[in-house]
Amino acid sequence: MSDKILVIAEQRDGQLKKPALEALAAAKVLGGTVVALVMGQGIGDLAETLVAHGADEVRVADSADLALYSGEGYATVAASVVKEVGPKVVLASATAMGKDLMPRLAAKLGAGLISDCTSLEVEDGRLVATRPVFAGKAFAKVTTSSEPAVVTVRPKAYTPLEPAEGRDGEVSDVDVGDLVIRAMVREVVKTAGERPDVAEADIVVSGGRGMKGPENFKLLEELADALGGAAVGASRAAVDAGWMPHSAQVGQTGKVVTPALYVACGISGAIQHLAGMSRAKCIVAINKDPDAPIFEVADYGIVGDLFKVVPLLTEEIKKLKG
Amino acid sequence: MAPSSQHCREKGETTMEIVVCVKQVPDTETRIKIDPAGKGIVREGIEYVVNPYDEFAIEEALVLKEKHGGKVTVITAGPDRAVDALRTALAMGADEAIHIQASQEDAVDSIGAAEVMARALKEIPFDIILCGKQAVDDDNAAFAPALAEFLGLPHVTVVTGLEVDPEAGEAQVVREIEGAQEHITTSLPAVIAAQKGLNEPRYPALRGIMQAKRKKIPVSTLADLGLEGETLPARTEVLSMMPPPPREGGEKYEGEPEETVARLIKALQAEKLV
Repeated sequence: MSDKILVIAEQRDGQLKKPALEALAAAKVLGGTVVALVMGQGIGDLAETLVAHGADEVRVADSADLALYSGEGYATVAASVVKEVGPKVVLASATAMGKDLMPRLAAKLGAGLISDCTSLEVEDGRLVATRPVFAGKAFAKVTTSSEPAVVTVRPKAYTPLEPAEGRDGEVSDVDVGDLVIRAMVREVVKTAGERPDVAEADIVVSGGRGMKGPENFKLLEELADALGGAAVGASRAAVDAGWMPHSAQVGQTGKVVTPALYVACGISGAIQHLAGMSRAKCIVAINKDPDAPIFEVADYGIVGDLFKVVPLLTEEIKKLKG
Repeated sequence: MAPSSQHCREKGETTMEIVVCVKQVPDTETRIKIDPAGKGIVREGIEYVVNPYDEFAIEEALVLKEKHGGKVTVITAGPDRAVDALRTALAMGADEAIHIQASQEDAVDSIGAAEVMARALKEIPFDIILCGKQAVDDDNAAFAPALAEFLGLPHVTVVTGLEVDPEAGEAQVVREIEGAQEHITTSLPAVIAAQKGLNEPRYPALRGIMQAKRKKIPVSTLADLGLEGETLPARTEVLSMMPPPPREGGEKYEGEPEETVARLIKALQAEKLV
């Protein structure tokens, strides 16, 4: 594709999100000129980072109305930039923001949407995207004749490019104009503390029914800390029992995660859970039942009592890290 | 602008017209198999259920009705079997159901589905539209924002908290994002997409199930909505479907914790994971 690709680069609190840089890397796969659009307030200094990570041009939409995300406001501005730039593909990461914004943008543009893609290719001059369906129990190759095509890529499916300092890129401002925003964010309340979200973390330690109660998740928190600020997740059984919040649930009616390391403790491995985590690079399972289905996907398994194994594992990792 | 029952309401009356868009999907227990042509899944033997996230939307609609009075209408676009999803919603307590008859591909184009639904909803009054945050078959999570855009309404997705003030025509909404919640005020009508955690869906009572069986459900076709063909419109095309790359169990350590943990640590070190 020798045309333009528009990447909508997500920022929160004036910081570019890593998935924004991943989306730039995905755009590079398609070839052509990569134009990045960043929306927010007081964000002009982000343009340089976007250029260093692969953007050939940057459009900055800086307005008080864009300080906090809104589907209506962001889709209106993005649609006006699409009309001005005329891209073949509009790309964003499938984050909470991307998943909310891009369908609205696609509907506004009358365009086709391919969401949550794990890889993008160009075949015979057209975009072919691979995306999981049925929570990863199957994969579909999807194309669209729509121009532009609106696409989201799954976080962590692409790795950001090494920043090239001193790379040149044209930066220009977007005339934002008046926006009608009826669903307005009044406040953003942090819920996660210092621990990352299961969908974003490189390491996830998860617990299931075998944890026996909410108080025992402390063991997993300690292991997560020893592993260096890992996320703590849970199976549906543990969430439905009220031991962990649903935001921590991994699986088909929770989050699909793709960390480098997934440690499943006291999780038997129901098909819905396996769908949510079996794309992790390395899976460790700790379970007392040697026949638990989780062992069928685990790279390394320990058959044993997690209440003995997990604290010991935590202690040994702490020793290693000195 | 879509019709709103706000306009035809007597002063002081706070009944709500509540619409819930639902989808019938394969049960999450289903082991998905790819058909021999490699373009879809094997449909035989699949059990269909109401999309789990739509159950939260139905429950929330019933809660709103109980609180403010009014009527809950459920609507779906899908093949003949999809009527079962409507009957489940009726059994839970919904008042009316509408079935838009349409066949569908395995990886449904949510923008197309939203377009069809928007056309159907232009015909009926509503103060709020609820749906699930994503269907667990196509996993697009795209229906609600697209529907809202087609209807010219605001939307909020991944909703874990909802307080509606029908008098003020406003709702306070909590939306879940990565590691945080957005507290949002929206005008009504609006499209609200439910996330797990919003409520605990009720089970249909026997009486409800019996009543739902007898309920007459009007059917409309895509032609009735001014669209061509019998399949939901799509701007995307599925070229092929395939099973996920196989994953096999690796090493399994049994024995004393001291020994099994030591072996695991060694393995993780070799993989440079610790």
